[in-house]
Amino acid sequence: MPTMPTLAATVRRTLTIAAVALAAALAPGVACPAPKLPSALVSDLALGENDARVSAIGALAATGSEAALDLLQALQDGEVQTAGDTVLRVRNGRATDAVTGEAVVPLPPSRDDVVPNNRVRRELAAAIAALKLASPDRATRLAAAQALQSGADEEMLPAIERALAGEQDPAIKALLTLTRATVQLGSPDRAKRIAAIRALADSRDANTRMLLLPLVEKKGAEFAEPDSDLRAEAELSLRAIEGRLATGEMVGRIFSGVSLGSVLLLAALGLAITYGLMGVINMAHGELMMIGAYATYVVQNLFRSQLPGAFDWYLVAAVPAAFAAAALVGMALERSVIRFLYGRPLETLLATWGISLILIQSMRTLFGAQNVQVENPAWMSGGIHLFSNLVLPWNRIVIIGFAAAVVVSIAALLTRTRLGLFVRGVTQNRPMASCLGVPTGRVDTYAFGLGSGIAGLAGCALSQIGNVGPDLGQSYIVDSFMVVVLGGVGQLAGTVYAAMGLGIVNKFLEAWSGAVLAKIAVLVFIIVFIQKRPQGLFALKGRMADG
Amino acid sequence: MNPMPPPQLRTPLAAPPHPVLTRGGWATVTFVAYLLFVLVPALNLLVPEGHAFHLSDYFVTLAAKIMCYAIVALAMDLIWGYTGILSLGHGLFFALGGYMMGMYLMRSIGTEGVYHSQLPDFMVFLDWKAYPWYWSFTDHFAYALLLVVAVPGLLALVFGYFAFRSRIKGVYFSIITQALSYAFMLLFFRNDTGFGGNNGFTDFKRILGYPIATPTTRMALFVATGALLLAAFLLGRAIVTSRLGRVLTAIRDAESRVMFCGYNPLHYKLFIWTLSAVLCGIAGALYVPQVGIINPGEMSPANSIEIAIWTAVGGRGTLVGPILGAFIVNGAKSWFTVAFPEFWLFFLGLLFILVTLFLPQGVIGLLRRGGWRRP
Amino acid sequence: MTTTAVHGVDAGPSGALAGAGMRVAGHDVDTTHGPILYLEGISVSFDGFKALNDLSLTIDDGELRCIIGPNGAGKTTMMDVITGKTRPDAGSAFFGQAIDLTQLTEAQIAHAGIGRKFQKPTVFEQHTVFENLELAMKADKRVRVAARARLSGAELARIGETLELIQLRDEVHRPAGLLSHGQKQWLEIGMLLMQEPRLLLLDEPVAGMTDEETMRTAELCQSLAGRHSVVVVEHDMDFIARIARTVTVLHEGSVLAEGSMDAVQADPRVIEVYLGR
Repeated sequence: MPTMPTLAATVRRTLTIAAVALAAALAPGVACPAPKLPSALVSDLALGENDARVSAIGALAATGSEAALDLLQALQDGEVQTAGDTVLRVRNGRATDAVTGEAVVPLPPSRDDVVPNNRVRRELAAAIAALKLASPDRATRLAAAQALQSGADEEMLPAIERALAGEQDPAIKALLTLTRATVQLGSPDRAKRIAAIRALADSRDANTRMLLLPLVEKKGAEFAEPDSDLRAEAELSLRAIEGRLATGEMVGRIFSGVSLGSVLLLAALGLAITYGLMGVINMAHGELMMIGAYATYVVQNLFRSQLPGAFDWYLVAAVPAAFAAAALVGMALERSVIRFLYGRPLETLLATWGISLILIQSMRTLFGAQNVQVENPAWMSGGIHLFSNLVLPWNRIVIIGFAAAVVVSIAALLTRTRLGLFVRGVTQNRPMASCLGVPTGRVDTYAFGLGSGIAGLAGCALSQIGNVGPDLGQSYIVDSFMVVVLGGVGQLAGTVYAAMGLGIVNKFLEAWSGAVLAKIAVLVFIIVFIQKRPQGLFALKGRMADG
Repeated sequence: MNPMPPPQLRTPLAAPPHPVLTRGGWATVTFVAYLLFVLVPALNLLVPEGHAFHLSDYFVTLAAKIMCYAIVALAMDLIWGYTGILSLGHGLFFALGGYMMGMYLMRSIGTEGVYHSQLPDFMVFLDWKAYPWYWSFTDHFAYALLLVVAVPGLLALVFGYFAFRSRIKGVYFSIITQALSYAFMLLFFRNDTGFGGNNGFTDFKRILGYPIATPTTRMALFVATGALLLAAFLLGRAIVTSRLGRVLTAIRDAESRVMFCGYNPLHYKLFIWTLSAVLCGIAGALYVPQVGIINPGEMSPANSIEIAIWTAVGGRGTLVGPILGAFIVNGAKSWFTVAFPEFWLFFLGLLFILVTLFLPQGVIGLLRRGGWRRP
Repeated sequence: MTTTAVHGVDAGPSGALAGAGMRVAGHDVDTTHGPILYLEGISVSFDGFKALNDLSLTIDDGELRCIIGPNGAGKTTMMDVITGKTRPDAGSAFFGQAIDLTQLTEAQIAHAGIGRKFQKPTVFEQHTVFENLELAMKADKRVRVAARARLSGAELARIGETLELIQLRDEVHRPAGLLSHGQKQWLEIGMLLMQEPRLLLLDEPVAGMTDEETMRTAELCQSLAGRHSVVVVEHDMDFIARIARTVTVLHEGSVLAEGSMDAVQADPRVIEVYLGR
């Protein structure tokens, strides 16, 4: 929540900045390696109220000195403490005076931690970024420039200006120019503001629009911005930005929706098969995905150690490995536990939840509780640069294609093979299929293996775009259930439409209301939807559906 | 068809008695009440520490915590064991009750927080200047109690109405409630929601003006929890022995027949579902001051499913069983997480599998079959 | 079971307000024009399959009507429409002159006075025979009433009468799940009688019964007619021949023939349908 600084604070801050600048100017060259910091600023920083802290951070950032960066970094890392009026940096049990840099021995016995609140933390991060702009390392500078985009304010301007003057890299320069414009938008100088508005027209960032919008909005009957020239300029810049953004945003949203949809589809497909066939809600489905992901991890490691030359092609082996691993585990579960619980769906739900707990803990024991690293092959990194603000990452594109291929193969399997015929027969009428000599027990095992194998494939795909850890399955299970609920049972098409629909709706709502509210909205939507069609999108009507 | 004895030889038809409790049942309840309200307080407060008969504070807190869980398991039994509806959202109702009580407890901290502000620490941290509207009046204990009942109750009522009206049942209902709980967890994880985000509420100082961590306050909360557990049990017994209870089990066994008999299952399900949610909310409200923390983790789907296993372990549809189950599973949990933390999930997982496969009647069923007690 | 009870006179003060907020009670059914059930132009289709096709049927008050027809003729679907389980795509269904069945829920229809026995006997297997009858009994069926309900002497007597009628007096405290198939069928009929319906729908009431049980069921059905209107759907032709007054033959979702058993059996169209073409 931004707050308006009081007049007194502003005056004080300006004076401090002037004093510091003067001090910096008068400093005797660069001979002294660690110039001391102004003690007033340091004690404001550590002991002052939040407003004082914020202005002290600004002033420290403006010095551009390494000592200031060092101190702010220390504050961010929780290494600054106070003992009475003395401000200390404490690291590994050794304290130095924050102003003089001299060691303080012995350690004062009673010390207080300096705990910055959220607003101070934000300022701190921005100031550190501003100071890092002077780093000789390009990556550090780029990261700092990016961090500044959202957090810069007026105190950072001198640091930004200084960096702009010396910056050679065009990407960083463009970022900084935009950031400077963002800050200058709030300047009291009209010319500077107009220049800033024009500079912002080149932005490719949707946030810039948020900056310009208030300038053209009405507050009650009056415009929020009284200066009509300014408004006109803002109007022009806005249009330039929006034109550039709109197409890209729309395509981007649909793309990320389809991408999420294909992940959901992969996750839900196996679930729909097992649920459709046996009425089994398999709570361990997410964990079968996790097994697929870990199988991918193991194959990757094998390639890295045994066949480093072919590392880029490890996925070719990982896909079948993930399928097989998950399918075998799934079939083992079906034979040992689930088989005994047919016709008791609620009990199956609980038993499979128990299985999922065991699988999670097994993976923790085998591979550790931490996430493991699964690397994209080189050909999957990068992406297609479609618009100025839109890059379609290769790994996402590959997964969409992969999901499509899996759906087509499953459809073929179900319609063209004997197993498929049996599966469909058992799904529709178990006793009759059994009477006709279909080995329903074996069909169940294979079908469960198939569903589990598809979960393994989903896990393999997920390992390419997200973290792989023991909890991987838990984060997808609720969403994939929603797909099954929405899509209805026993219909491949229903699952496909439901997954894609949920993916796209989710992404559009996300852009509009944020991720969490989007999830809640989708849930409400599903509940309302079920009021109209309790059996899902594509369900059999009539006698068969009563079950 | 059996040959019938002549009518005059048969005993006259009498309505089967449905007592709330048998005489033995009443005796047991009286004994448990004596245990909870006399023996435990005396052994904890009056017997000096170090004495062989002294009950430690750790034990009292643990027992009180598990009694809160037992109320939840009881509520779960009413809806799942008797009515056949498996809810995976009871953790949510429990947590909501806890949060409502937590709001009161947070306001009771006053200015003793880290930032010495009237606002709770997390609001200061977020730079908020005033309480959001839904925090109004939460400094009044009575109003907090009202919220404890009303918030889970209303949520259950509205959600249940839509779910039952569209005849969502079986696993569908289970996973929809799970999604509901999950959505609320995400909501409460957000800082903007105004319930402390990740960290939730903690560092409570006092309740009704009494410091919260003293032995007397702890004992008072223990006794209150025990009283509510007994009350919930008796209420449950009264329901399942009434015609209402018989309609509920009839809904579980043959819902369409119930409809064709002229009952509206929607109203019955809604009643027991809402009551069950309210019981959970009350349990949550008792849990939070004793455990000293409430955070969104309580709403995670895993917690709700664990509630189901307490009920299943003890024996569904018995009311006593779930209370027993809550004690068995959570007792085991306290022991495991100290002795073999890495094996707890294995144990719990196996418990889920073995109970569903081999012990559908739970421990109570085992005891009855073992000839310990006739049904 | 007495005639007065059927008309709700001694059903107690709760009878008129029976059910959760439902104000349709059995004795309100207006049969002044004779018929108690009118089905007109009913059509129902499931995914393109026409289960009922422009079906029209009238049942008179107090009548015993048998409905036969080959598998898939729409017999069960017709019962589903009457009891509110399935909503027709077209057509109207009236109970008496004024009660539009297509607008009511299953529970409301049950309250209005239509009782239904399913093809597969559905009783509450965990409950005793006594409790099954008690639950089915005509009473105020709202939640808050059920929470405090106590059986009155009159209600107990009615349960006793029904027990005698369905010959389950000796099984009264056994769980219904332990009864034989035929006993379950009878218990279900007993539960219907406890509801004191004006119209009874019996879907295959003698399926799985021994010959002796079938005979007794036939007697029971005949004794019910007059006091109740009864619609029987059955495949057992001997049973039908024993009880039938008027027979309706359904085929492919509409009425093929109607008349006395002899007339229907002589109808060439019926013969063709049953013996194949």
